[in-house]
Amino acid sequence: MGVHATKVVLLAAIAISFIVSLFQSQINPYFLQIIIYIGINIILATSLNLINGYAGQFSLGHAGFMALGGYTGAVVSTTLGATPGGSSAVIILPLALVLGGIVAALAGLLVGIPSLRLRGDYLAITTLGFGEIIRVVIQNLDFLGGARGFTGIPKLTNFFWVFSVVSITVFVISNLVNSSYGKGFLAVRDDEIAAQAMGINTTKYKVVAFVTGAFFAGVAGGLYAHFVSYINPQQFSFIRSIEIVVMVIVGGMGNTPGVIIAAALLTILPEALRPIAEYRMVIYSLSLVIIMITRPQGLFGRELSLRSLLGRLRKQAMPV
Amino acid sequence: MNSAPGNILELKACGINFGGLTAVSALEVAIGRRDLLGMIGPNGAGKTTVFNMITGVYQPTKGSVLFDGRNIVGLKPYQIAGLGIGRTFQNIRLFPSLTVYENIQVSLVKTLRHGFSHSTLQLPRFHEEERAVRASIVELLEIFNLTHVMNERATSLPYGDQRRTEIVRALATKPQLLLLDEPAAGMNATEKVELMRLIRLVKERFDIAILLIEHDMKVVMGICERIIVLDYGIKIAEGPPEAIRNNLSVIEAYLGEQAA
Repeated sequence: MGVHATKVVLLAAIAISFIVSLFQSQINPYFLQIIIYIGINIILATSLNLINGYAGQFSLGHAGFMALGGYTGAVVSTTLGATPGGSSAVIILPLALVLGGIVAALAGLLVGIPSLRLRGDYLAITTLGFGEIIRVVIQNLDFLGGARGFTGIPKLTNFFWVFSVVSITVFVISNLVNSSYGKGFLAVRDDEIAAQAMGINTTKYKVVAFVTGAFFAGVAGGLYAHFVSYINPQQFSFIRSIEIVVMVIVGGMGNTPGVIIAAALLTILPEALRPIAEYRMVIYSLSLVIIMITRPQGLFGRELSLRSLLGRLRKQAMPV
Repeated sequence: MNSAPGNILELKACGINFGGLTAVSALEVAIGRRDLLGMIGPNGAGKTTVFNMITGVYQPTKGSVLFDGRNIVGLKPYQIAGLGIGRTFQNIRLFPSLTVYENIQVSLVKTLRHGFSHSTLQLPRFHEEERAVRASIVELLEIFNLTHVMNERATSLPYGDQRRTEIVRALATKPQLLLLDEPAAGMNATEKVELMRLIRLVKERFDIAILLIEHDMKVVMGICERIIVLDYGIKIAEGPPEAIRNNLSVIEAYLGEQAA
């Protein structure tokens, strides 16, 4: 593996997403929907993993960031009058996604500030409250449709956009945590006092984690809004946040490949269980209980990771 | 505030109260740029509190702390570490989920010139800098014979190696002053001899000042040029090892009045 291997992987992933999207109409719409949801959940879970898993700041507000991104994106694309299939969509959707991400990142900055003083359960409750505030505020804003929801969002999201963003998210977050700079997040999580004594500005790292995580959650919200074309505040309640937290915990806190797999599995599982109708959620919940009893560190823990595998390969190719 | 040019650290009338309790009072300490100074005292004498005042974990309620002539009272611990004070902890505080290599990597974060954007986008300078980081970590590990365990989880190492790793981690911050909090605690006789050799090596090779808290008299007397004795937060003696050994108030503090 050369030094630019991750960039090659990123470009390849985006190219593959593009090629697959050409055949999108051939895919059964029901399966396509699940695949899109898997992608969106991977973005949400890997970005939350930066905050919860790597930086160790237990956040329950991810749905709030997602809502901000979703609504901002919806406002942008409806104002600019994008139409599905139109050539303007190629510019308008990325613009809507990025602006949604920025608004969410600003909110991440806001919620990052209390995180400087709080930790553990207290932080979890504060972020949960923050997410709910966002939802309730949106519910009372008439120009966003209030509780009725926001309708008529152009359906611009397709396989290409979702999986390009998935690739970018994974690329950015893996590069970040694998870099020397990113070791600061792990130090903050492991021992704040020791981290400070080694010259780590723990405050800055926590805020960077929140802002970066929130940005990608906002982008995921934008993708979601432009896929379902109708959003309402109830879709972004704290239940949604908890679903994302569950993906992170099941995958293994601070294990990006594990979290990606868990996000996919936990998106598929409720759908796969549809044939058993009313027992569906019982089985779903039960499997979570069993996973947590048998694998409290998550399905993949912190050890079994692509990172150590890649690290080994890299060392063989590049002796010190 | 002026300080003698030869001193890297000066505590001037430094004191701290916790509620009604005076933990340290009117402490005067001066450490030269190449000093190896020991600090001893019975349990609860305030030795670790002094470390915490110097490193900004606690804010002194009285007096000032001059590092390289500059008052550092009020600065955050990471800023003080950035200025050039490295430390180890009484109860080893290595980052438990990180390897030996990564533990040391954390100390080099403050020296990085390229942060978030370079790391996430992997711009060309990023790779250059990462190679430099790797080289300096490996170099440090080689000096301290830790290369063979560099990919082991730091907290899985034997106790003595953990202490050593913690010293290397502090050195990686490129300090001008190194504070060691009971480095010999929990070590056996062989490890202690090895530790003394290591501390001398650090001092000579890195050309820095060292302030050492230690309970083990053999270690303190063996390597320190000068020793400060604290009792109930007050400095009761200061001088070369032989003088401290025979100092009446020191013997009294350790063994009681009758013994003296």
